Amino acid sequence: MTPVLSVLVHNKPGVLNRITALFMRKGFNIQSLTVCITENPEISRMTIVMSDMDEAALEQVIKQLHKQIDVLKVTDLTDQAMVARELALIRVNSPIAERAVIHSLIEPFRANIVDVGRETVTVQVTGDAEKIDALIALLRPYGIRELARTGLTALPREAAAGADAKRAGEAQVLHI
Amino acid sequence: MPGISKPADDEMLSRTGETGALWMKGADMVVEALRREQVEVIFGYPGGAVLPLYDALYQCGIRHVLTRHEQGAIHAAEGYARVTGKPGVVIATSGPGATNLVTGLADAMMDSIPLVAITGQVAKTVIGTDAFQETSIIGISTPITKHNYQIRHASEIPKVFKEAFHIANSGRKGPVLIDIPKDVSGEEAWFTYDDPPQLPGYQPTVVPHHMQIRKLMHGLQHAKRPVILAGAGVLHARATDKLLAFVEKYQLPVVQTLLGLGGFPASHPLCLGMGGMHGSAAANKALYETDFLINLGARFDDRLTGKLEHFAPNAMVAHIDIDPAEIGKNVPTDIPVVGDVGEALEMMLGIDVPPPDAAAWREELLRVKRELPFWWVQDGPAIKPQRLIAEIARITKGDVIVTTDVGQHQMWAAQFFPLNQPDRWVTSGGLGTMGFGLPAAIGAHFGHPDKQVVAILGDAGFQMTLQELAVIGEHQLPIKVVIVNNSALGMVRQWQELFHGERYSESLLPWQPDFVKLGEAYRIPSMRVERDDELTSALEAFLGQPGPGLLECVVDPNENVYPMVAPGTGIHQMVGVKP
Repeated sequence: MTPVLSVLVHNKPGVLNRITALFMRKGFNIQSLTVCITENPEISRMTIVMSDMDEAALEQVIKQLHKQIDVLKVTDLTDQAMVARELALIRVNSPIAERAVIHSLIEPFRANIVDVGRETVTVQVTGDAEKIDALIALLRPYGIRELARTGLTALPREAAAGADAKRAGEAQVLHI
Repeated sequence: MPGISKPADDEMLSRTGETGALWMKGADMVVEALRREQVEVIFGYPGGAVLPLYDALYQCGIRHVLTRHEQGAIHAAEGYARVTGKPGVVIATSGPGATNLVTGLADAMMDSIPLVAITGQVAKTVIGTDAFQETSIIGISTPITKHNYQIRHASEIPKVFKEAFHIANSGRKGPVLIDIPKDVSGEEAWFTYDDPPQLPGYQPTVVPHHMQIRKLMHGLQHAKRPVILAGAGVLHARATDKLLAFVEKYQLPVVQTLLGLGGFPASHPLCLGMGGMHGSAAANKALYETDFLINLGARFDDRLTGKLEHFAPNAMVAHIDIDPAEIGKNVPTDIPVVGDVGEALEMMLGIDVPPPDAAAWREELLRVKRELPFWWVQDGPAIKPQRLIAEIARITKGDVIVTTDVGQHQMWAAQFFPLNQPDRWVTSGGLGTMGFGLPAAIGAHFGHPDKQVVAILGDAGFQMTLQELAVIGEHQLPIKVVIVNNSALGMVRQWQELFHGERYSESLLPWQPDFVKLGEAYRIPSMRVERDDELTSALEAFLGQPGPGLLECVVDPNENVYPMVAPGTGIHQMVGVKP
């Protein structure tokens, strides 16, 4: 299980440090982490993708996050319908002669070329992690010069909204 | 809100008249906030970055105790908090002053002790420039505080102090640090202290869910081998009377944690004493064989549980804790109850169920308690440390506050000093901080100045913070310092004897200072006792004198703490349950 958590936090200095310090001291490993402001400028959303872990460990992560005074809400998106997207910029070798091939490769991915040079083009692609992995695999034979990925950001789908991770103190039976 | 400018005199008067708000300097605001929080005593140590704050404290009416090291100040604040239930307050300067608080913050975090620690910081204008005595105490203290703040403008002071005291002393209690840059002390702003703290991300659950309490009571009524594990949560909730009422109503045996001692009277027939690594045979038997365990505010620490697979293997576990993250963390829990132990006990007392049919179980445990008490063998003229503790308890009738350091003497104190009341036991549990006991005794004294305090210390731990003898000497505090001198780091030596082939690597202290002369240097009446046949009369003279005292007790260096659950084994695999 690769857990995905969406965490609303106060948008103020030091909060990111509190969260990462918590993960470090509890020995939890983060695969990706994005932090962005929300519709409310006083609140940021962190989308955290964790390394594989069992349910008991994930429950401990969520509880520890709730203990942070700057954490307002934790939503466990792992088993929920969610919209999850990542953006990647891929600078790939592309001599002028082969450029048409690159175009035809990226087109089904609805990716764009956002920078053009003599030797390379830079491709921008958005989607879930598998889609981006697939495009990277296709482009690799041409020689990827540089690669930047944003990590996942996510929201629950409307039908699933409201299925928040249980807040501290709510009655719940633990199955461990 | 930097740049708040001073209002005109008439505007100031009218706002003060209408709202009670006061126009003040930052340093004065800190003192005013402490006053509004009814702080009686501050433990601290001045320095460059807190000069403006100490100027405001000068003759302000709140007592300040000058320790001789910031670590002493924070352990004193912990001692004060442990015996009063109120937050301890400590002040240190920036840089080394702040870093010297680190051990105390970590200790308070582990044992849920409410503290408000105030540190100076270099001026905002030079933060980040490696200025003189600059350190990022916010970065350093984040993992070892419940929360921390750096104040950016004096106008934030009232809100931050209000929140800090609220966070420190509610929910699962703990230390909160407030870092104040030096220039903030001189800034001026409005001070109001009436608004309740606004903390949407901090809403601890105090009242448990009634369905969970019902489940618990239902489980209890069908239990055959029920037992209560009483932790420090009972003391934090000030729920000792409710625990006693509940135990007597259902006649349940009680096991205590190290930090839970005093939460249930040791003299009560149903008290089995401390469980765990050096717990009683009866307590560990109860924890191993129980079929229904009610954990009241304990966190199933590894020193209590031993190897987890052998801990209460056949029990339904109900766990009441104000911190939901503790429930299910170490021990699988069938009935989780999030809330204050006192509130939970009150609800449990409000539901009448038939008492469990557990007479045979009770009798069995009480037989083990009778037949396998904590023990020692008097086999020569040397003083046995266990008898030393038992004699202190007998002579004082247990009516003192006991503080300890960490190690063998701490375990003997837990085993042989019967604690019948709350707020009498001050020890470092989770972090196991050597050097804790002496400064903690000073703090405990200021919490209860009318009570005698006995600091039971090891010879090694004492030497970690012995500079605080100066505070005892200076104020002639009625603190009795007992040094249990076995010329070793006793617990390290014991483990090396048992698990490292008697290779005593760096654990023996054959060279010691003259403790009597040391005490006398601090103008504390001091004496030494070395023979068992002189122990009682020496203790009677020592404990009977008014004011401070230091007694060096040279004890048998070969004594080990038993019974013992060896590391990595289960609590049913105790060794040394009898001579």
